[in-house]
Amino acid sequence: MPEATTLKVNGVRHTVCAEPDTPLLYILRNDLKLKGAKFGCGVGLCGSCMVLIDGHNVMSCDTPLWAAAGKSITTIEGLGSLAAPHALQRAFITEQAAQCGYCLSGVIMSAAALLERNPDPSESDIKQALARNLCRCGTHTRIIKAVQRAAGELRK
Amino acid sequence: MSAAAKLPGSLNANRRLDRWLRFNADRTVTVRTGKVEIGQGIVTAMAQIAAEELDVALTRVRMVSGDTALTPDEGHTSGSRSIDEGGSALRYACAEARHLLLQAASQQLDIPADKLVVEDGVISGLDRIRKLSYWELPHAELLNREATAAIKPKPAARHTIVGASAARLDIPDKATGAPRFVQDLELPGMLFGRAVRPPSYDAQLTAFDADAVRKLPGVVAVVRDGNFIGVVAEREEQAVKARQAAQRAAQWKESPLPTDDAGIYDYLTSRQTKDHVIIERTDAAARARAARTLEARYTRPYVAHASIGPSCALARIEGGRIEVWTHSQGVYQLRHDLATVLDLPPENILVHHAEGAGCYGHNGADDAALDAVLLARAVAGRPVQVQWMRDDEFAWEPFGPAMVVKTRAALDAQGNIVDWALDVWSNGHTGRPNTATTTGKVSSLLAAWHLANPVARRPQGDPPMSGGGGMARNSPATYAFPNERVIAHRVEEMPLRVSALRALGATANVFAIESFIDELAAAAGADPVEFRLRHMKDPRARAVIELAAQKAGWRAGAASDGTSGRGIAFAQYKNSYGYLALVIELGLEPDIHVKRAVAAIDVGQAINPDGVVNQTEGGIVQSISWTLKEQVRFDRERVTTRTWEEYPILTFAEAPQVEVHLINRPDEAPLGAGEMAAGPTAAAIANALHHALGVRIRDLPLTRERIAAA
Repeated sequence: MPEATTLKVNGVRHTVCAEPDTPLLYILRNDLKLKGAKFGCGVGLCGSCMVLIDGHNVMSCDTPLWAAAGKSITTIEGLGSLAAPHALQRAFITEQAAQCGYCLSGVIMSAAALLERNPDPSESDIKQALARNLCRCGTHTRIIKAVQRAAGELRK
Repeated sequence: MSAAAKLPGSLNANRRLDRWLRFNADRTVTVRTGKVEIGQGIVTAMAQIAAEELDVALTRVRMVSGDTALTPDEGHTSGSRSIDEGGSALRYACAEARHLLLQAASQQLDIPADKLVVEDGVISGLDRIRKLSYWELPHAELLNREATAAIKPKPAARHTIVGASAARLDIPDKATGAPRFVQDLELPGMLFGRAVRPPSYDAQLTAFDADAVRKLPGVVAVVRDGNFIGVVAEREEQAVKARQAAQRAAQWKESPLPTDDAGIYDYLTSRQTKDHVIIERTDAAARARAARTLEARYTRPYVAHASIGPSCALARIEGGRIEVWTHSQGVYQLRHDLATVLDLPPENILVHHAEGAGCYGHNGADDAALDAVLLARAVAGRPVQVQWMRDDEFAWEPFGPAMVVKTRAALDAQGNIVDWALDVWSNGHTGRPNTATTTGKVSSLLAAWHLANPVARRPQGDPPMSGGGGMARNSPATYAFPNERVIAHRVEEMPLRVSALRALGATANVFAIESFIDELAAAAGADPVEFRLRHMKDPRARAVIELAAQKAGWRAGAASDGTSGRGIAFAQYKNSYGYLALVIELGLEPDIHVKRAVAAIDVGQAINPDGVVNQTEGGIVQSISWTLKEQVRFDRERVTTRTWEEYPILTFAEAPQVEVHLINRPDEAPLGAGEMAAGPTAAAIANALHHALGVRIRDLPLTRERIAAA
């Protein structure tokens, strides 16, 4: 049966009514209209749906609503906006680190989690941190450069 | 009356100037292109071209793309043809628009047109005192006419926007998560649909308990039409659950496939084929010098487009009017196929393009559009969004065809190639919707074949060499061989559904040619770079080979240390588009991986240099993934590749260093650039592997198991 569940998303508390096993991704996209996280595979294998839950990067497609209840969730929209972009978002634009861009919000969220715990990552650290995010266009090298640029900017 | 003169590119079929551009009251310009954004940056490049010819700031240009109500019909966005077809059309249309506006301004200002200047849409005399802007002129009236292409676009020397690296218009939204994709569109009252596909291609539905699905929470409709099943629900997770329930509620009778993944190459080469001689050049005297002959067979498996975002579409049916939002590469062509299946006049269907995940060719985009329409029909007036599930995308997308390429060549006593033959076997490479007239009702759309009154599958097509070729794309070598004979053997029976995958036949053909060139170089005791240059006359081809070798620090005769290797390969895409040579440095531990790729490219005039480099980097990395990892698996019953676990692609952990060096030639025509890396990358990896280990792997993908078996 649908239940009322309270979530804190991008600093704002929301109450949604849905089955407790509903994937968090659908709650974010369809109930809260946060379209940044994307459906890619539904089984936690591609990273398109990556969000932060209590600071950890987590795939929202196979995270049930009940598991996210009461937690603090950050989506790409909570990181920054067109008007006030996060250093990572600025760096991705500066480096033109996208082709189709479908994987991008997931990639950026993984990078955000990395920079939160390691402000000065090596190239290898970045590659490992993004290993669960798939990019099909082959934008890998630019994305790695963008994360390096953002890390440098955040350390200033 | 003589027939209308042929106009450049897509302008020929879309001749009205106001179809291409219009000036808006807010001092912007709307530019319409039939070419669509698929992650290649084309819409930005088109905006640059329009801004350049109109002499307006890039920020004044508003782009509209791929819309049957608004934009020109420019066919499919495919084959690296967009700048050639759509770019040239926009160039001439905008140059003519500017000219017409200048003429009108000349009269009003009483200044001769050749004494006028345009700065960001403001026309003035050289004194900058008497002024008029485009927006103050009767622009609508002036553009209400057919183009003549009589006005020459600007020479490259005067370009300030074209040829400079413009930031992509779409990237800020994508980096901040702003809704931009078709998957993100939401219409009032929208429902969520899912198709419930059969377990295999020709499976017949023998029993289906629709009621078991209808009673689930949120389910609004369950559609069964022949072998097509679909569900519609209020919430997305309800649609997903309904789909799972429908899978359990359906019983199917399956039919076997004619072969499996292990048997596919023998299957292809043992069919009745339609044979085409692609090239035949004979020099008996040179052939008589043959001292030594080599032969080889190369294969490429079925490869999936494997978009990160499964295919998606929205449909809304109101009255007799159908509206579809899709990431199809050809909105007019999709509309034609939808009209055929639905038995409606095309005018009753509006098709709007919205961006999807990168498609790299014909994936499930068009199919999802028909799914959405079939489900929207069941819910009177409410819009339905359909997104395929991952396993449907893997199992049902049309794959890039499996191919076999056999080569034979002779060397003379000095180690020069004096004879060359190549034979290629494949299905045709396109199964896209199109508007070409055919006998009888046919459709390229998956669900159409499954309906109770099915529409026959459109026969597979293969672009002719005059259109860049399909299976035979890049089958002629660019090298100057005195004897060359190439035959394409087209196989009609299709074990798996196939269609266009980035680069079409060029991937396998160039993989074969450029691997075999290295085999011949080795037989001749020659350095691979020197051997290529020895057989190459085209100066632009020579320039990219020399530059790639130089930038990669190529040393002739350098031996491998046993832990790494290096290889080079070259191709001119379609034998007439962009030139690319690259050097791959391969590492072997812990597993075979690309350490560094160094490419040199020549695409003539680069409209957006950084855009070209970005596309080339992506093409190289994607081809590394194809080459080292990818193969669609199938047994005698069905496609067994259903998840990313069964179809691994290159990860960030495996990402190589990539360098792309652009030889910009602003005074040369722009050459298609999106697909040129595919074949050379595959061959350069195989050549590097041979350099490292002395083994020659001729079957893609180049896996550890294959190396161990060699």
